[in-house]
Parts: sequence; structure tokens; C-alpha cells
Amino acid sequence: MTVQRLLEKTGLTAVALPEGDREVTGVYIGDLLSWVMGRAASGDAWITIMSNQNIVAVATLADTACIILAEGVQPDEGVTQLALDKGINLLCSPHSAYETALLLRDAL
Amino acid sequence: MSDVLSFRFNVDGEDFTSAGQASVQVKKDLRRLGLDPEIIRRVSIAMYEGEINMVIHAGGGQAEVQVAEDAITIILEDKGPGIADIEQAMQAGFSTAPDAVRSLGFGAGMGLPNMKRYTDYMDIQSTVGVGTRVTMRVDIPQ
Ligand SMILES: Nc1ncnc2c1ncn2[C@@H]1O[C@H](COP(=O)(O)OP(=O)(O)O)[C@@H](O)[C@H]1O
Ligand SMILES: [Mg+2]
Repeated sequence: MTVQRLLEKTGLTAVALPEGDREVTGVYIGDLLSWVMGRAASGDAWITIMSNQNIVAVATLADTACIILAEGVQPDEGVTQLALDKGINLLCSPHSAYETALLLRDAL
Repeated sequence: MSDVLSFRFNVDGEDFTSAGQASVQVKKDLRRLGLDPEIIRRVSIAMYEGEINMVIHAGGGQAEVQVAEDAITIILEDKGPGIADIEQAMQAGFSTAPDAVRSLGFGAGMGLPNMKRYTDYMDIQSTVGVGTRVTMRVDIPQ
């Protein structure tokens, strides 16, 4: 399923959607960036509460389909623009990481 | 394999927020060369972890990536404090990262283990008070 379609099905919002047709093939949850780079798979939707600039580089290198900020966390200043510039889809969820994952499970 | 393409980067030790620029650039360059995405992913993550280490622990340094037909080699060199006990540093979870860095999601002590895991060869040369040189190689299946 594409990130665009995922948005429609889950009601999550995108603050940056430069690659809406990217396929989501799985889910990874984590806030420690080295764990994400070590364990997340290419094409995963990455759920986190980390909102600093470094998440954009991590998503780029780990090749995740999108970042989802859980718990209503908003991106730090400049992160949205950086995500747009780097072609990273950045979504926001008002729910916990667990509830967000359940939403994805139903949608995927 | 005579032709070796090489990229060199200066890794700024001051600017933590933009750390990773060299790795992201390398990812782009390797894509342009048409390399296998999984190889690119392994190279760029291993390099990013090394780059971040130079920023957090060594005040910056130099990165070089050499692309040959059969392998990609990454060399990271810094004039930081060096690593006293490399075996300990390699252990999953070992970290001397300050709290400020941890609050950004780094400092999990998984950087060196990731670098080892994603590469086919890794060597660390380090002298306390002088600096550290990390060499990594990812083989390209023929
Ligand atoms: N380039 C370096 N210069 C000095 N010390 C380093 C360097 N790279 C790694 N280290 C040391 O090795 C430890 C483990 O590194 P790593 O596995 O990447 O974990 P982390 O960076 O999360 O602390 C670091 O906490 C640090 O003490
Ligand atoms: Mg590290």
C-alpha cells in the first residue's frame, strides 16, 4: 500500500509528503536511532517520538517509506522543510506508538 | 578492477544537526552509479554511524569512500581522543555519549556493532590522544 493510501485509510496527517506513492511494506517502532538503522527494513513505516533533524537522515539511509511521529509530537523547527527537501514522508499521529501500529496493522 | 572512484568529505565536528551529510551524499552518488540498493543501504548506514561517531566523540574528521568494481571501502579518520579499549567499545550497548546526545536518540552504543554487521570487513586503529582510523569494506557480489 502507498503512503498516500495509508493516510486515507488511517486518518493520519502528513506534514510532508514528497513521495506519496512510496510503498509501505512493514512497520518498525523505535526511538534509538542506531537501533532503527540496525533493525528497520527498507519500506517500513517508522513510528517514533524523536522529532529532531537527525530523523530525516536516518529515514533516508535506512530507506524507510515514511516517518510517523506518535503521541501528537510535532516536528522540531526546520524538520518539515528538511523532509521535503530530502524526499522523506513525514506523518503525525495523535495516538500512542502502540495504537498507531494497530491502525497500520488494520490498514496494511 | 583497476578503476577506483573516490569521494572525500570533511566531517564538521561542530554541527550535530546536519551530521550525516557525507553519508547522504554518498548514498546519492552510489545510486547514480547504479549499485544494488541493499549494498548502498549497508554502505551508507555504516558510514553514517562512523560519521556520527566522529562528530560526537572526536570533534569531526575526514571521510573517504573508494568505489571499485568488487568492493566499496570507507575510511574514517579523526584526531579525537582515541579509543582506549576497542574490544569494550565494540560491545553492544557500551557508550560514553553525553546526555545531550542521548536525548537526540544517539548514544545507544550500537554504532560500532552496526558498522561491523553491515560490512564484510572492519578494522579500527586508534591511539589515545592521537586519533582513530576506521576502515570498512563492503564486497560487491560479482
Ligand atoms: N571516533 C571515535 N573516537 C573516539 N571514541 C570513539 C569513536 N568512535 C567510537 N568511540 C567510542 O566507542 C563507544 C561506542 O561507540 P558506538 O558503538 O558507536 O556507540 P555510541 O556512539 O552510541 O556511544 C563510544 O561511546 C565512544 O566511547
Ligand atoms: Mg556511535
